[in-house]
Amino acid sequence: MKTFKIGGVHPEENKLSAGKPIEVFPIPQKVYIPLSQSLGAPSKPVVKKGDVVKVGQMIAQGEGFISSNIHSSVSGTVVKVEDYPGAGGYRSPAIFIDVEGDEWEESIDRTEALNKECALSPEEIVGRLKSFGIVGLGGATFPSHVKLMVPAGKKPEFLIINGVECEPYLTSDHRLMMEHGEELMVGISILMKGLGVTKAFIGIENNKPDAIGHLSKLASSWPGIEVHPLKVKYPQGGEKQLIKALVNREVPSGKLPIEVGCVVNNVGTAFAVYEAVQKNKPLFERVVTVTGKSIPTPGNFMVRIGTLVSALLVHSGFSAEDGLKVIGGGPMMGKALTNLDVPVVKGTSGILVMPASESKRMAEQSCIRCSRCTTVCPMGLEPFQLATESERAFYELAEKDRILDCIECGSCHYTCPSGRHLLDHIRVGKAAVAKLIRARAAK
Amino acid sequence: MITLAGLGIASAVILYFVAQKFKVIEDPRIDIVADILPGANCGGCGFAGCRNFAEAIVKAESLEGLACPVGGAVVMGNVGQAMGLTVEATEPKIAVVRCNGSKAHAPAKVVFDSASRCSFAHSLFSGESGCPDGCLGLGDCVVSCHFDALHIDSETGLPVVNDKCVACGACVKACPRGVIELRYKGKKDRRVFVSCINTEKGAIAKKNCEVACIGCGKCVKVCPFDAITLANNLAYIDFEKCKLCRKCVAECPTGAIHELNFPTRKEPVATSEQSDTTT
Repeated sequence: MKTFKIGGVHPEENKLSAGKPIEVFPIPQKVYIPLSQSLGAPSKPVVKKGDVVKVGQMIAQGEGFISSNIHSSVSGTVVKVEDYPGAGGYRSPAIFIDVEGDEWEESIDRTEALNKECALSPEEIVGRLKSFGIVGLGGATFPSHVKLMVPAGKKPEFLIINGVECEPYLTSDHRLMMEHGEELMVGISILMKGLGVTKAFIGIENNKPDAIGHLSKLASSWPGIEVHPLKVKYPQGGEKQLIKALVNREVPSGKLPIEVGCVVNNVGTAFAVYEAVQKNKPLFERVVTVTGKSIPTPGNFMVRIGTLVSALLVHSGFSAEDGLKVIGGGPMMGKALTNLDVPVVKGTSGILVMPASESKRMAEQSCIRCSRCTTVCPMGLEPFQLATESERAFYELAEKDRILDCIECGSCHYTCPSGRHLLDHIRVGKAAVAKLIRARAAK
Repeated sequence: MITLAGLGIASAVILYFVAQKFKVIEDPRIDIVADILPGANCGGCGFAGCRNFAEAIVKAESLEGLACPVGGAVVMGNVGQAMGLTVEATEPKIAVVRCNGSKAHAPAKVVFDSASRCSFAHSLFSGESGCPDGCLGLGDCVVSCHFDALHIDSETGLPVVNDKCVACGACVKACPRGVIELRYKGKKDRRVFVSCINTEKGAIAKKNCEVACIGCGKCVKVCPFDAITLANNLAYIDFEKCKLCRKCVAECPTGAIHELNFPTRKEPVATSEQSDTTT
């Protein structure tokens, strides 16, 4: 079975909510919609206090090349535009809306009917994704229209669809593949048209045999789309690892996948593309997994952007005694929330509650030079070395040792028998090296 | 034997001429100045080390804008004498920690369980108390100090500066939040400063920390010397203008303004904490 070649780990899968169908989460009383939800520059609000908005109405516009539009997820009145603390506790501007009813923009097609035909030209598809605020839903929230705008001189050959979901616990992509397979196929064909490619590969890890079977059956009637089962190994959902696994090509250091003729999109993104292009629906809701061993009823929910995490947790029967640590995302790459009243954003794939017994890190001890971190690093780096260089502020050396190639998957951290904070130090180093390079470029 | 001797003589002749050709004439004054300097190589003067600083002095032929924070006026006076230059009088400075968000004043709402480095914690979250500008208490400044002038007080969780501080500025650079500032040491070591750099609105700042500056502006009004400015909900006392009258200290409703090393007042002032915890 296919997989990437170097490194990787296999943490306990814990897919507790895999069998739970996607449930539509009740519309909250109020939503807080942050203006910075995608990679790149924050969006600029186009509504003000007192404005009445409908579901799907644009409320903030993306400025600059890498940025995206934001749409209202509810109907109601804009209360204010003010700073609100995000997951890290730092405040950033958000639009506060009080909900009244559920009135959608008339242009949105709310029927369930599957619309297979897409008459738009590739340029129109890019325009549609841009105006409807579609971003990569795999976690990095890179604006999707930018991915479809291939730089001159590069030729895409394959569209790669990421249905790997290698993070333990998370099941939102799995459920989407099971329940919206046909829409997914249309979304993939639209992306193929937008890119001008004839081949698309869907990579799914072998721990989801039902999804592999379901999508393989559907794909047989779509020319050019193939489903490939992959061996279960973290971080196969990293785009460089997925490209290696599926088409056996290596993205050069510091380059984008287009360098080897590939464009990678998540299944969630493909579904959002279908809804935007065929149903005129902007990205204002997404599937979120709420899970954890101590959560009474883990599940998958279709949640409006701006809904508070605390509301999701209460709905799943969470009480404060159940967990010490609440993580936005999966256990490997997610970040702990400093406060439970943070809104769900476009990049929130899951909310994971860790019980007290699993929350604490082990005590840090000296490096014993066992080289496990080097063995598991999927980018072929030497994490112990990079961490030390960054700790000692030897940033030039860290740059030479390719610290910027680190994808922050945390495999080194996970495997370290001495409990060393490898990734923490590497992250500091990456930021410092990036600053160093910017300073050099400015000279 | 003869071959060896011949080789030796030939090499010596070659070496002699090469040495003549590539002779570097160094100003002897550099050595003299370098000998006067303290040799701490702290970088506080803005140069790579003491010798580098000495080279700069000799090259500049003037002492304008050049000062050794470690040696202070005495060393610079000696340098001036050796070089035959007039010395600018510089007021000695000291590092001041502008945060009083101790464990008691700004209680932790979350627990940070990761690499103990301020730079990392700062990139990750706003801090255990929730204040996005305050001291994280993980000691990047302590690590950066070459003079053993800083330590973290275990009770307050804040760094404490002692009189070994030479104002080299290493901690100012090391702090990711800019909490530490170099201010005039002041007569008899007396200083008045706002011990807070939080720029959030008053109500939000106060929620996280009871001794935060709330930007009320009372101190600005009471100051007879126009030394205090208010910007972004935060007061700042200009140490060049401040005459240490202490009127603002009594006026501050949250006790964010600190006075150091003054004799105790006759009437007790309603500041919430004696300020020596943050020196």
